[in-house]
Amino acid sequence: MTTPSSEKSDLAIDVSGARYVYPTGNVVALGGVDLQVEHGEILGIIGQNGSGKTTLTKLFNGLLKPTGGKVVINGVDTDGHTVQQMAAHVGYVFQNPNHQLFARTVQAELEFGPRNIGVPEEEITERVAEAVEFFGLAGVIEEHPYRVSFPIRKLVGIASIVTMRPSILIFDEPSTGQDHQTTKIINDLMRGLREKGTTVVCVSHDMPLLADVVERVVVMKDTQIIADAAPRDVFADKELMARTNLQAPQATDIALQTVVPLGGPTALTPGELADDLVSRLSKASTSQPTR
Amino acid sequence: MPDPVITFDNVTYSYAAAEETALEGISLEINAGEYVAILGLNGAGKTTLGLCVNGVIPTMLGGELEGTVTVDGLNVADYPVREMAKIVGMVFDNPEFQMSQLSAGEEVALGLENAGVPYEDMKRIIPETLALVGLAGFEDRSPLGLSGGQQQRLAIAAVLAMNPKILIMDEPTSNLDPIGKQEVFDMAAKLNREKGMTVIVIEHEVEVMAKYADRVIVLDAGKVVMNGTPQEIFGQVEALAELKLRVPESAAVASLLKAHKLWNSPIPITTEPAVAAINDLLGAKS
Repeated sequence: MTTPSSEKSDLAIDVSGARYVYPTGNVVALGGVDLQVEHGEILGIIGQNGSGKTTLTKLFNGLLKPTGGKVVINGVDTDGHTVQQMAAHVGYVFQNPNHQLFARTVQAELEFGPRNIGVPEEEITERVAEAVEFFGLAGVIEEHPYRVSFPIRKLVGIASIVTMRPSILIFDEPSTGQDHQTTKIINDLMRGLREKGTTVVCVSHDMPLLADVVERVVVMKDTQIIADAAPRDVFADKELMARTNLQAPQATDIALQTVVPLGGPTALTPGELADDLVSRLSKASTSQPTR
Repeated sequence: MPDPVITFDNVTYSYAAAEETALEGISLEINAGEYVAILGLNGAGKTTLGLCVNGVIPTMLGGELEGTVTVDGLNVADYPVREMAKIVGMVFDNPEFQMSQLSAGEEVALGLENAGVPYEDMKRIIPETLALVGLAGFEDRSPLGLSGGQQQRLAIAAVLAMNPKILIMDEPTSNLDPIGKQEVFDMAAKLNREKGMTVIVIEHEVEVMAKYADRVIVLDAGKVVMNGTPQEIFGQVEALAELKLRVPESAAVASLLKAHKLWNSPIPITTEPAVAAINDLLGAKS
């Protein structure tokens, strides 16, 4: 038998016909989902609470096993593999860090993951130092994780998974309860991971965050995937946004009512919209075609 | 005539055993019936400010409080929290943690029982309060079977049952999906408009606050650094950027155009004026 990490596959995540029915009460949480994600993709999953987003991502790391269909991660079928075995492939950052943290110091928390998957001590030290610097945790490294404020604890939760350097990283609502400054750190992290070839999956209600970072958006409703496209196409689809009770970023909303009818782009960020407007408005009037 | 229901007079506070002050020299007034948004980075003192209003500081948490917080004419330091709860209701970001009872009706009854409200009155107040938050007929439902938005509205009902004059919501929707957020903010706006309730919201989502708030107070490192109407505050895009705070995206777009000398009208803080002003500019161009 090959070890999970030595297997090669064209797809990072390959979900076919996956169903999940919770054993208590026969509640269908996932009703036959297909999803293929290539290595190095960065995608967002959006949808109302209860639409199946978290259930789907819990299938990725084997925390839940599909009650129908198949979930294959880096070529490894999660059925027949433990969460520990899958942890070599998939890192999962919980929405609530309290569900995840347990060590006595922030330092120990950050060391635990890589040590658990057999990373040499020297490299653990290196990885932890890098994470401490990136997340700005130097001041709390000796603290108990539960003694630091919730937003910092959330960063510790993220950092403790990042130090394992899994090839697939799942973030469940990473920006909840975070201010703009910390959200920016998380954005930079996701972009940086992607540049290094990590596959990033981000479940979020934070549309400006997704607009800024992801290249593909999967929309879920009533336990199904109902759309899977570039953020520009998803946010421009007013009918889809209304049907799922989701709201496009404000910049997109403004673009749709101003430059889009003139053939302009469906801007995702204020910067994109401003760039388009600057080029339209600063062109000399003489160069404009007469109407 | 302004009618301050909350007054902070040169308030400085440090938590017990803390090295740094959480609030420093805060003086401000909040008028009855105002809808106030409190903004600031994590750790700026926003929640601490709220806890000074409901009396948890200093009565329960101790620490060192200088200056005076007056709420509805009472010096907060002189009254137990259960007395203050009749004036100030405060809810937090995780409604689940605030649910302790088997049914929604009991959840609302809990505070009333503690306050010694007679059973006959409770029978009237509970359905009234549930109706007020859009949960009419939910008396026998299990709190844990409710959606996130419904749970948060139930948590709010539990504090509203005491008929407070002031409602403080500390990041009330950070765990809710967009429809849940909408439910909570619509309900708070209704209480503010129709019941004249003073509403204080601690919130990171500036687009929402630009729409609802009468006033925005910005805290930084325990101090009030900005205090004005949403238009006055969110119009100052550079100043907020310096404080590492977001502005509504409509304001960000206008500010970027202003840097190119392409924007002369006021900075729009909501979608509609931004769309109107941009279409005017585009129309004038063509």
